[in-house]
This record gives sequence, structure tokens and C-alpha cells, in this order.
Amino acid sequence: MVHAFLIYTLRAPHAEDTGFCRVLYSCVFGAEKSPDDPRPHGAERDRLLRKEQILAVARQAESMCRLQQQASGHSSVDLPPQSSDEPASLHEAPHGAFRLAAGDPFQEPRTVVWLGVLSLGFALVLDAHENLLLAEGTLRLLARFLFDHLRLLAPSANLLLRADRVEAILARFLPHGQLLFLNDQFVQGLEKELSAAWPL
Amino acid sequence: MFTPAAESLLRQAREIQDEELSRFCSRVVKLLQKDPGAEAVDALRRLFLIVSATKYGRKLEKPCVDLLQATICSPACPEQLQLLCAAILREMAPSEGLNLSCDHIQKSRTLSLAASVLLAQGDRQDEVRSVGQRALHLLEARQTEGPGPRALLPVVSKVVSLAPGTLPEAQADMLHRRLVDWLRYASVQQGVAQPSRGFFSAPRTRQPGPVTEVDGAVATDFFTVLSTGQHFTEDQRLNVHAFSMLRTWLLFSGPASRDASDADDRSELEGSTLSVLSATSATASHLLPPQQQLRAGAFEYCQRLLEQSTRRALRKGDSDLQKACLVEAVLLLDVLCRQEPSFLYRALSCLKALLGRLCGDPAQARTLLPIARFLLSHGEAAAVDSEAVCQHLFTSVLADLFPNPMLAFEFAQFCRDSLHLFNPDQGTFKLSFPNLFKLLAWHSPALTSEFVVLLPALVDASTAVEMLHTLLDLPCLTAALGLQLSRSSPTASERPLWDVSLRPTSCLEGFRDPEFQGLFQYLLRSKAGGATKRLAPLHHLLQPMASCARVVQCAQAVPTLLQVFFAAVTQVASGDLSAQLALVLLERSNSLFQVPQYEAQVHRVMSSQLLALCRLRPALVVELARDLLEFVGTVSGIRSRESMFTAVVWAIGEYLAVSYDRRCTVEQVNRFFEALEALLFEVTQSRRSATLPPYPPQVVTVLMTTLTKLASRSQDLIPRVSLLLSKLRALPQGPAMGSVPRDEDTDAIRMRATELTNLLKMPSVAQFVFTPGMEASTPRFHRDANTALPLALHTVSRLVDREAGLLPA
Repeated sequence: MVHAFLIYTLRAPHAEDTGFCRVLYSCVFGAEKSPDDPRPHGAERDRLLRKEQILAVARQAESMCRLQQQASGHSSVDLPPQSSDEPASLHEAPHGAFRLAAGDPFQEPRTVVWLGVLSLGFALVLDAHENLLLAEGTLRLLARFLFDHLRLLAPSANLLLRADRVEAILARFLPHGQLLFLNDQFVQGLEKELSAAWPL
Repeated sequence: MFTPAAESLLRQAREIQDEELSRFCSRVVKLLQKDPGAEAVDALRRLFLIVSATKYGRKLEKPCVDLLQATICSPACPEQLQLLCAAILREMAPSEGLNLSCDHIQKSRTLSLAASVLLAQGDRQDEVRSVGQRALHLLEARQTEGPGPRALLPVVSKVVSLAPGTLPEAQADMLHRRLVDWLRYASVQQGVAQPSRGFFSAPRTRQPGPVTEVDGAVATDFFTVLSTGQHFTEDQRLNVHAFSMLRTWLLFSGPASRDASDADDRSELEGSTLSVLSATSATASHLLPPQQQLRAGAFEYCQRLLEQSTRRALRKGDSDLQKACLVEAVLLLDVLCRQEPSFLYRALSCLKALLGRLCGDPAQARTLLPIARFLLSHGEAAAVDSEAVCQHLFTSVLADLFPNPMLAFEFAQFCRDSLHLFNPDQGTFKLSFPNLFKLLAWHSPALTSEFVVLLPALVDASTAVEMLHTLLDLPCLTAALGLQLSRSSPTASERPLWDVSLRPTSCLEGFRDPEFQGLFQYLLRSKAGGATKRLAPLHHLLQPMASCARVVQCAQAVPTLLQVFFAAVTQVASGDLSAQLALVLLERSNSLFQVPQYEAQVHRVMSSQLLALCRLRPALVVELARDLLEFVGTVSGIRSRESMFTAVVWAIGEYLAVSYDRRCTVEQVNRFFEALEALLFEVTQSRRSATLPPYPPQVVTVLMTTLTKLASRSQDLIPRVSLLLSKLRALPQGPAMGSVPRDEDTDAIRMRATELTNLLKMPSVAQFVFTPGMEASTPRFHRDANTALPLALHTVSRLVDREAGLLPA
């Protein structure tokens, strides 16, 4: 099962260390059990910890993406935008996985699958022994739908104030963090349903 | 895409003050109550951004929170508003002011929304159990109309994965039965399109046909996730959701205690049930308890998926799904065989049938890994096949498919998880380290932490020396792999494998040159155990590629791995092996691939490990006396490997003594003394030169100290040392460059020379100080006033040099 989904910013591979990796959106599906904390403001501390965990994952995924792009000789993140060719370009996009040990930063050991598309990164935080082929496919699917439905290729695109659409996409394709085995026709059906309920 | 406008929006959201926020909350309340339209949506979107943009908690007004909760629970509200309200409450979790309860929720969609908020609370008030109860209650109520169960299955799945084994048996059984229905008895006719609502819509004239397989043929058996059609019925959608949650459900729905006690019985059964127990099929399964029914149904589903995965899909998305289904089916078979050993025989025969086809297809490499894991874990019956698959994986798959990052990660994970299952006699795993290192060389940032765990398991006394050489040559391997890949796909339109500004044409030519063939073949070998070769010519040839990003990344990982290697090898190293490893360190210290900063870092590790080896086996110094003498023979070697030189000289000083090895002779001590004395002379000469930069003071002091130690053991040498030391005490300042550190260096040298001279004035004390023997490591040595070393030193210094004032009175 998926523990969290996040969208974060990617800086160009050879850029100087300006700016930060920002988490633009994150959704945690069911939290780890909170430790028994008798001190006051335990809930706030807990929330702070969760946000920090997500940020730590984003930073690590971002640096993995940059290192991979440097290693493969790309000098910049920007591939020419191809609106009709998304499936092909997504298969070429930098992607990978890495493991998070127990306690660092989550209580249980977890695996992160990440994908970098233009200057946005997408990541899924999974349980340690999850079906990575399915997770990778789901991540690409989510990225494709987010790019299409939020028109993220347009120059003035902004996903910060469009959380409702992101939630709608997640509710259909990753409900409560459940990875779904969706064949092509099924996906098309869900897409039609999404477009009907949420006109572009 | 992250424009400055977005950056400032984020900052505004973070900097909004409490009063402004509470005003905004009241506005949200008003909008939601009055007119839940576009303005309300916009306001909620902003509220979501405000809450989620900061990691510090935001306090929302109570009426606002209550209204958000009410919006989730009222079925009439549009989906857009409900999703936003749930998202806001979830972002604030865990929050203490929440009084959302799922106990009275009747609609599954509402429960799904509420669950996303409640399950994020961290189970402080047992929310997980209450959500689970409610979801199962609604499922039991058999709302067959509408998409009820479909919304609840992910909730149930999440609940059991968060709190395994806590479901009451009766409710679990109910769901077992329904899951079997959905999995095995979904309709095999395609669904109908939603009827269009137009006034003039034509009546439906055509009945929908049967569902098809992914290759277009009509479906031959029951409906699965690999069956397609133009439209789907509700039970077919439930089939998809039921399969998606099946593994989690099978793993976590049973009570935890029951599985543990049966585990021992099960493992015995497994060995003996291969042929005897008959297979249970779902058609006869109404006689079985619900959990067994589900397992039987799941088994048949897996078999069907394995068959369906052999078809050639028409669409790429379906072909990717086939691979994912294959993996899932194998993972499910593993779970099922652990729970019901009687399935093992049929599972093995299904998988064997697949293996031949999969091994021949490079695109299916990732699906082989779970199959190999299955065969390794299910023991004796599968032994032959598991060995063949492992051979294929560790040789062909690694050699051909190492560039794929996901395969590399999954392979490393497979190795990690299967460490205890690899047969040590076969040696497939241990001897394949040259191939495994290709993964590391190509994907070092992602895989270094995995290999820190794998390396100790790969270390073996028979291949340790070869492994050390391979680790030191890892960046070279990265460059060679790059050349190999570029040669196998030389078209210019391909994405470049490295930065195009470096033009390694000479390297490519060298790769094809017969002169270097042997060396490249050795570097790119698949198996360990052959004769080792020195790769110094390749270091020169591949020099242009040394600043490629990938090579540099690999070079940064090597020092860590060397430390791990030595920590593991010292556990298994005999005396001979330690000597061989020490020789490798000495030999390779000036034969490394020249990646920027690589040499310095590796030298640091090498010097500390050499000292560690000597500490473990002090006799090493005497055994390797000739090689060490050669190492310190010339002054030209010092600059390029200063840390190694210092370590070697230190080791000589410490361990070249009869107390460590009876074979140490006076001649040996004298030979070393002469060599080091000559070196010290040359080194100190250079300090006077204005053109050469002086050697660091550590070099001088370690030489002085070692010479003094040797003299303390062979006392004829004391006059010579004293002469040397007195010259050093009279050392003039170096060429004045106006910087303070220069003076400190000379002062340090002078101070050390003085201390050593003082010690030598009392030869027996010097011997005691410099060759304390093994007792020095016991605490008593330092507490007992008669033997304590620091006291002795203090006394000596004060006796000999009263007026020097070197130590506080």
C-alpha cells in the first residue's frame, strides 16, 4: 500500500544551490501510529514530524533525480514539451527508487519510487515489499493525468490553488493509497468519468 | 514551472497572521452556509493552501472546523467541496479538536471521505478500529445498488494494513465470502454505456458482447483485471478492486496469533505434501470455511493471470499491466503457499511452465526476480530450478540490463532479502560480485546504501584480494561500462551517456583496440575466481573519462565501501590473508584511477586500514619487512601518498620489535634505521629550499619518532639519533613567507625533537616508553603509580630539563 504521495519542485541539474526543494502537494494515506506523548501539544509535534518526514523524502528524491541527470549527461531538465507525445516522454523521464531504513525518517522501513517530469517531481512512499512494477505504472499514470488535467505545461500553470483536482484524481486512481490494477480500457473509462465530473 | 509568482503565493500563505486567518475562516463559514458555489470553492482552495503550506500547526476557528466536518457528512454537497473539506481536515491532522465520528454514517462515499480524515489522526482514539467496524458493517448491509462496496474496499484494505489481525472473525468471514464472489463470479459480458439523456436518443439496438483478452481474443474463462471491454459493469469494477486489495487482505486479515502457532506445523507439511493432497477448487469450495474458499479462489485467479500474461497485448499500457500482474500473482502464490502448503505443488508446476519463456525475454527480467525469490524460499522441491534461474539472473541479466535503474534497485533488494536463502555451496551469489558491482558502478548514489548491507555477505576469504582490487577499480569499471554501452548503441540520435563536452574518442578507440581487449574483458567479467590482472594501462587510457559525472559519483562511494569491506574481511582473515591485503594496499596506493579527489580520500582509508591490520597482527610488519623497506625507500613517493607513508613509518616504529615477533633481528632494525635516516635528512634539506614546498611537519615528526623508537630497541643507534635530533632542534626558520603557520610547524618539530632527546638520555626509560608491550592496553598499567606511563614521562622531563618549562610546574 502507498503511505504517501507527494509533488515537489526539481531544480535544474547543474544549477547553483539557489532556492529550496519545495513540497507543492502531499497526501498521507493513514498515519503511522502516534507515539504516546504525555507532554502538551503532542498533536502539533506529531504533525510537525510528519511534515518534516515528507520534506526529507522530497529532498532525497530530488537529489537522486539531479544525480541521475548529471550522471546521464543532461545539462537541463527541460525537454521540449510534447503535448501529444506524453506517454512516450514519460517513459524516458528520469525515474528510480530508493529505500528508507526504519527510523529514517519513518518508523517502518519504506521504499520510495520517484519520477521527474520537467521541473516537477512526483513520488510515492510505499511499504517495504510492494509491487514496484505496479507502483511505477501508477506513478506515471498519475503524472500524466495531473499534467493533462491541470494543464501544467502552460506557462502560467500553478498547482498550488488546484488541490481539489489533485484530490479528485487521487480519489479515482489511488483511493486511500490502494494501488489498482487498471487496464487501458479501464483507465479510459475512469478518465471519461473524471472529465465529465470535472470539466477541464 | 515553479515560477516566482508561485513562490510568493506560498510565502503569503505561510505569513498570513492569526487574526487575518480567523477573519478568513468566518468568511468561509458564511460562504459555505449561504451559497456553496464557485466562490466557496475558491475560498476553500485558499484555506487548504494556508493550512498545508506550513509545517507548523494552524488554528482554525471551531465553527469553521465544525462546518467542514458537517460538509463531509452531508451527502447533498457537491464532490468538489467535500473533497476540499476532507483535504483540509486531513492536512491539519492530528488535531485534538476533531469530533468527527463514523459511527452513524450510512453512505459508503461519506465513510470514505471521513475515513481519509480519521485514519490520518494517528490512532490516538482508536479511530482505525472504529472506521474498520463501520466499513465492514456497511459492506455487510449488502447495498448492491450503486458503487457502495467499491468505495469501501480501499478503506478496509488500509485499516487492516494499519492494524493487522484486529478484525472480528465473523466480519472477516463475511468479507472473505464476498471477495470470492467478486473475484470468481464477475460477469463475462461487457457493460453498457451510460444511456444518453437526450430526448431523441435512439434505443439500444445491440447487446454488448463478451469481454476480451488483452490480445483481442474472446475471453476464455472468468473475468480478471486482464480482461477488457468497451464498458465495464459494476461487479467487474469490484473484481478489479477486490484483486487490488487481495494480498493485503490475505496477509493481514487473519488474527495474528493463529498464524504464528501454525507456522511450525506448516513448514513440516510443506516438505511432504507435494503429491498427496488433492487440489481444492473453487467449484467444490462451498464446503470449505470462508477463509479457505478465498484462498482457493485466489489461487485460481493467480493461475488464470499467469496464463493471461503469456498473451501478446495490443496496447502498451496493457503489456505493462501484464508484467505487474505477473509479479503480483507470484507474490500472492508465495503468501498462499505459506498459508496453505497444499498449493505448493500446483504453484511450482505453473511457474516452471513460465520460466522458459521469461528467461529468454530481456523485457521480462524484472518479473523473474519474485519468481526466483519464490523458488528460493520454497525449498527442496524447487532446488534445481532455483539454481538455474539464479545463474541466469546473476550472469546474463546483470551483464545486459544493468543500466535500468528500477531493475538495479529491485535486484539489490532481491539480494538483500534472499541473503539467508542463497546456497553457500553453490557459490553463485558470492562469485558473482564482479557482475553485481556493475549495478553499483552505474547507479552508485541509489545503491550505495544497499551495498553497504550486501558487501559483508559477499566477502569471502578466497576472493577477498580480488574484491579489494575490484573495489579500488570501481570508477574505472564505470568508465568501461559507459564505453561498452556506447559501442552497443552507437547511433548519434540516442541520448548521450555522459556529458557531451568530454569527447572520449580516444577511449572508444582504445576499447576496440586488440591490445587492451584482455584487460577490458577482465574488467567486465561476470565471475570472480580467475587470475587477477593489473589494470594500470587502462587507468591511463580512460583518463579523459575520469571527470564524467557518473565516474565521479562512483568514486565518491568507494571510500565508504572500503571501510565496510575491511570491517567484514577482518572477521574472516587469517594471517596470510592479512599480509596479502596489506601488500595490496601498499601496491595500489600509487596505482589508482585519477578521478579528482579520489586518490586523497582512498589514501586516507587505506592508511587507517593498514594501521588497523597491523594492530590486529603486529607480526605483519616483520613479515612484510622487505616490502615496507621498499615502500619507504625513496623520497619521491612521499608527496603523492603522504598519509600512506606516515602510516607505514608509524607502523614500523610501533611494531618492529622482538616483543611482537621473535624473527625481528638487529640487522633488520638497522636497515630500517638507515633508510629512514637518509629520508629524514633529505626531507629536512628540502625545508631550507625556497623553491620546493616543505614537507608537512607530520612527515618530519613521524620520521623522528620512529627513528627514536628504533634506537631505543637497538641502543647502538642512540648516538646517531641524538645527533639528528640536535640538528633538528637547531632548525632555522623556513623561508620567511610571512605566515604564522610556518613558525608553528618549526616549533612543533623543535618541541618534539627536544622531548625525544630528553627521553633518549635515559635509554631504559625510552625503551619502556616506546615499546610498552601488550600490557599497555590494560587499565592497571595506567592506574598503578609504578607503571603509569604519563607519570614516567613527567618525571623524566622534569629531571632532565628543569629550566625548560615545557610542562607546568
